[in-house]
Amino acid sequence: MEALSPTMEEGRLVEWKKQEGDAVAVGDVLAEVETDKAVMELVARAGGTLLKQLVGAGATVPVSSPVGWIGSPGESVDGSAEGQRDRAAVRQAGSVAEEAAPKAPTIPTTPTTPTTPTTPTEAAAPAAAGRVKASPLARKIAAEQGLDLARVSGSGPEGRVVKRDLEAGQRGGAAVGQTGGAAEVEFVDNPLTQIRKTIAKRLVQSIGPIPTFYLTSEVDMERVAEAREALNAAAGEQGKISFNDIVLKAVATALRQHPACNAWWQDDHVRIWNTVHLGMAVAVDDGLITPVIKHAETKSLRELSAETRDLAKRARERKLKPEEYTGSTFSVSNLGMFDIEHFTAIINPPEAGILAVGSIAPVPAVSNGQVQVRRRMRLTMSCDHRVIDGATGAQFLKTLKLLLENPLALVW
Amino acid sequence: MASFDVIVIGGGPAGYVCAIRAAQLGLGTAVVEKEKLGGVCVNIGCIPTKALLHSAYALNLISHDAKALGIEVGGVKGDYGVAMKRSRQVSEQNSKGVEFLMKKHKVTVLKGQGVLQPGKKVKVGNETHEAKKAVVIASGSRVKGIPQIGLELNKTTVISSDEALFLERAPASLAIVGAGAVGTEFADIFNAFGSKVTLIEALPRMLPIEDAEASDVLAKSFRKRGITVLAGAKVRKATVGGAEVEVEVEVEGKVEKLKVEKVLMAAGRAVNTEELGLKESGVQLTERGFVKVNLATLETTAAGVYCIGDVAGPPMLAHKGSREGVFVAELLAGHKPHAIKYDNVPSVTYCHPEVASIGLTEDQAKEKKLDYQVGRFPLSANGRARASMETEGFVKIIREKKYGEILGAHIVASHASEMIHELVVARENEYTVEEVDLAIHAHPTLSEAIAEACLDSMGRVMHV
Repeated sequence: MEALSPTMEEGRLVEWKKQEGDAVAVGDVLAEVETDKAVMELVARAGGTLLKQLVGAGATVPVSSPVGWIGSPGESVDGSAEGQRDRAAVRQAGSVAEEAAPKAPTIPTTPTTPTTPTTPTEAAAPAAAGRVKASPLARKIAAEQGLDLARVSGSGPEGRVVKRDLEAGQRGGAAVGQTGGAAEVEFVDNPLTQIRKTIAKRLVQSIGPIPTFYLTSEVDMERVAEAREALNAAAGEQGKISFNDIVLKAVATALRQHPACNAWWQDDHVRIWNTVHLGMAVAVDDGLITPVIKHAETKSLRELSAETRDLAKRARERKLKPEEYTGSTFSVSNLGMFDIEHFTAIINPPEAGILAVGSIAPVPAVSNGQVQVRRRMRLTMSCDHRVIDGATGAQFLKTLKLLLENPLALVW
Repeated sequence: MASFDVIVIGGGPAGYVCAIRAAQLGLGTAVVEKEKLGGVCVNIGCIPTKALLHSAYALNLISHDAKALGIEVGGVKGDYGVAMKRSRQVSEQNSKGVEFLMKKHKVTVLKGQGVLQPGKKVKVGNETHEAKKAVVIASGSRVKGIPQIGLELNKTTVISSDEALFLERAPASLAIVGAGAVGTEFADIFNAFGSKVTLIEALPRMLPIEDAEASDVLAKSFRKRGITVLAGAKVRKATVGGAEVEVEVEVEGKVEKLKVEKVLMAAGRAVNTEELGLKESGVQLTERGFVKVNLATLETTAAGVYCIGDVAGPPMLAHKGSREGVFVAELLAGHKPHAIKYDNVPSVTYCHPEVASIGLTEDQAKEKKLDYQVGRFPLSANGRARASMETEGFVKIIREKKYGEILGAHIVASHASEMIHELVVARENEYTVEEVDLAIHAHPTLSEAIAEACLDSMGRVMHV
């Protein structure tokens, strides 16, 4: 059972796609596996014949435990102590490169004598699955920062991981596409000042592992509504944008101006992101997932809208790839469509903030000295006080309010 | 009207390389060239100057070092005319070589001025040819004077490299305006052939794009040989006479007057964007006069029209143009070529000692506030350099402190142009100083100085 997502500890084998005796090539889909986030494909990391399915459909298997054997046709498989020792002889189906001994070995039940590997392809197999192509510089950076190169998709020749991929990516996430010429520095790690250390220590004692406080601001949405109507009148059926799209665009724009709120708490330092990977909470049948719009600040409203729709759709279908729901630098949760006026959202660590978006409702409000009925929306930001101070969060919210009340500023 | 997949305008090192690669990938390709194949590089640039520099090197060696080397020679005399004729033969051979390569790869050569027409068409003479996939502009660059200060090229007393390469004899005295690679190489050549050379550079150092230490070492070497190097010097005015030119140069607030037989203009080049029908076809230029391209694809503002080489923007170097040619050809053939690393284009000046570099200078690293460590190794401590009496120069490595990334490398050495590639390969593949040191360097070689400089950047230098 391969770790198909950074947080996966076990997987439920939904359905075998190859039967015992089927020929298997590297990269073939062996089975569908349900992880903590999505239903994903378990692919063969070695070629040969699927000799044995060790678990049936529906079984839950810990990561790095065998689910089957791939070997040469006619080769016998076994699960005795001897067989375990000779594990390299018969390759595990879908084993991950870096795995060590299985945590909870599933013992195959056919006790036969293991055969010794003779073909050179077998000896080479672990290397083929295990070798990560990476430049020496990328290896050094990864070693120092504790990054797993196997999880980074390389942009160098033949998929080699190079420095750029580590700058663009993040722990456990995949690298993002290159952007023309020189890559901008995606984030800056700021060491903790003494005052930050003290704030962190005392607040954690006081309130819990993430000392959260909340800021609420009410935003006049009349002009956004007008802008949206005008845009949608011009757009075709598929080009329509939602209020949420506009809120996401405004959040991304505001975060770029307030990078202190676009940050990760990293225990011994704070990582300030120069790009916005915006997480958006999506309700799925039995829970919640937060797909990520990468580099949201660089995208136009139309691009954001299309990407949001696509991510939400695939999230509900549980078709997201791990890199599509990891690595966010700030999140937005919107319960406006459920008529929730105001709520607080829970921070998704290591992020330092999350914005809870309430419904847009006509309420009496004072405008130009007169009480008028205006469409208003309440925004509540949860802040990790170890990273964001009250004034910092307030300034961000102020910018956000300004952008939404003057939506033309979004294209400024 | 003939039809091709790709028509390349310009047969220099960008254009002809693009054509070969396109043809290799199965595209029907034509190259339009109004003069000789090989362009400035082969005919009046890189190649003939290297031939003359070799003559200059041999002349210096025999004049100054023969006795110490155990060679008895009589009166040694240089003859620039003979050296020039040999350099012409070399150019001729190389241009013929390009002609052969075009035939070999079945690239059609269209002789004449290519003029772009809207809709991916190119007019050559009275014929209009159609490109099914793309037109690639590789029209190159040319010499230029500075008429504003009275130094308009007149091809007799105020000359450019175009004329210098065809002189029958070295002038008695020569002022060179511009101490970039071209000016510096000609200073070396004419000094060896007996001209009294004054090299004038407006920026504070000669070879201004190189690391300050490299510039300083070279300036010292040049001065030792009798070349007057005036850096931070401004030509105020020039009075062009029939047989001589009077040049007023301001250095450190003082005005110096020079009387020279010829002035060689080597301050920048102009790009060839005229007479190509660019504007009419929707190809826009940048503010600085280069063709505007999308750096990710090298496509111009006109769809299906690409641009490579000098005319597409700096650095104006043959090897950069060739790489762009390969890149565009692969793109047009539907491949996904590796992005060009414009920060990994080596810069080389072939004077003696040679100066070669890759990546950042120390000043640039400082400006970018990078955390770096410099490693140096002087050639005076290198056995091979001593054996061949070529101890001028050094290797300098600028290493990023934390991970050992090679931010920049600078070499001043008799064969710096050949040595630099070890570091180009290293940077291209993200080898750090450690990998460079771990690669076993043959002994005795000048390249050992590179490994030593890498070691020095880690505080582990061995042979000093």
